[in-house]
Amino acid sequence: MSAYLDHASTTPLHPAAREALGVALQDGWADPARLYREGRRARMLLDAARETVAGVLGARPDEVSFAASGTAAATLALLGTASARRRAGNVIMVSAVEHSSVLHAAQHHEQAGGRVVEVGVDRFGRVDPAAFAPVPGAAVASLQHANHEVGTVQPVAEVAERLHAAGVPLHTDAAVTVGRVPVDLGVLGADLLTASAHKFGGPAGVGILVVRTGTRWRSPGPADEREGGRVAGYPDVPAIVAAAAALAARTAEIAAEGPRLAGYVGDLRRRLPELVDGVELLGDPDQAPTVPHITAFSCLYVEGEALLTELDRAGIAVSSGSSCTSDTLAPSHVLVAMGALTHGNLRVSFGRDSTQADLDALLDVLPGAVRAVRARLGADEL
Amino acid sequence: MTTDGPSGAETGPDRGIVAPAGTLDSRGRRCPLPIIDLARAFGSVVPGDTITLWADDPAAGPDVAAWCRLRGQELVAVRALPAGGEEFVIRRLA
Repeated sequence: MSAYLDHASTTPLHPAAREALGVALQDGWADPARLYREGRRARMLLDAARETVAGVLGARPDEVSFAASGTAAATLALLGTASARRRAGNVIMVSAVEHSSVLHAAQHHEQAGGRVVEVGVDRFGRVDPAAFAPVPGAAVASLQHANHEVGTVQPVAEVAERLHAAGVPLHTDAAVTVGRVPVDLGVLGADLLTASAHKFGGPAGVGILVVRTGTRWRSPGPADEREGGRVAGYPDVPAIVAAAAALAARTAEIAAEGPRLAGYVGDLRRRLPELVDGVELLGDPDQAPTVPHITAFSCLYVEGEALLTELDRAGIAVSSGSSCTSDTLAPSHVLVAMGALTHGNLRVSFGRDSTQADLDALLDVLPGAVRAVRARLGADEL
Repeated sequence: MTTDGPSGAETGPDRGIVAPAGTLDSRGRRCPLPIIDLARAFGSVVPGDTITLWADDPAAGPDVAAWCRLRGQELVAVRALPAGGEEFVIRRLA
């Protein structure tokens, strides 16, 4: 029996998105910047999508722009704010467990002569708000809403408050949480938020960039008149419409879905140590809040890549932060920052179509897969 | 991937320096092999004694520390090796 359990990487297109995409391809194909009827129709669809997204996130429509990906949105958020606040300082603060898109933007800033200050995390992968105090010369800070590898939710509101006391704006990368748990910018207090549509059942190619009113921001690259001057280039109106439809549909689903998926996660974490020797569960929903759909663990004496291959052969799709599964052969920076075991690592993530049968399939196959990989390394007796 | 044991001091790869006798040399071996080497050799360490491991896989640092925590053993010291990689000293507590 097969099971797709990598919904944190991407998740299938939501039926509401599929339907909206079809309609928008018919009605929203024209240039929304043009004044004739076809263009106005595309503009209406685009404006409605913007209003929907803004409403869900607790933002104003004119604060929302659509970029080509979550990565592009995060890059614009960080570098655009750093650029506008150059006179305040040249430091970008990031947590040590940010998504690579944020860390790459920070590296880019550093290569251009700026500075980056990294804030560490505890063993659950959570930052301590007191440690995220603004440093002198801070232009902007970035703290994810929840971690993409272990699911730990970050204290964004507390950090935002500390930063605001020093006048430093906060970007939150909410790619893990938007469309999965309620996300309200009023509660989070972040000045910029980014997300990615394909993570919540929208199509690929749509990133969400929210810049709150009053936040200083200047395009870090060539700009045009599109998307409020924040994202240059012709927008993919049908994809944006589909993304907004997915987000609206998700908003109605998550209250019932969250507890169901958290139940699978709880079950998995309870049964794993009984089924597999030498397992380290990562994060901890009882100690630090986590999103309902992501959990991770590491197995001693197991090569992550070999375990993925073994599971794939049995039809189980999950992901790994182990070094042997990355192009650079370096272990996941998230696992290293947490002080977690980096080898034999797996991330399991559930989605709206996940069932108990998917979890059962994983638990059925995993113990044998771990044994097989250990035996191949001569580590079955350790 | 080879499942052979770590290289002995005499037959060790040319990495600038040869590991002293008694040191477990897992340089050149990719994770999780250095940890497996450590676990295998640990069986013959008397409680209270230490074992020294050399490894140069980028995951060895975090993984040796995690292994000690999971197995209730003590990571006494971590030092950079002049020719690359790190030296780990681990004490058997029980």
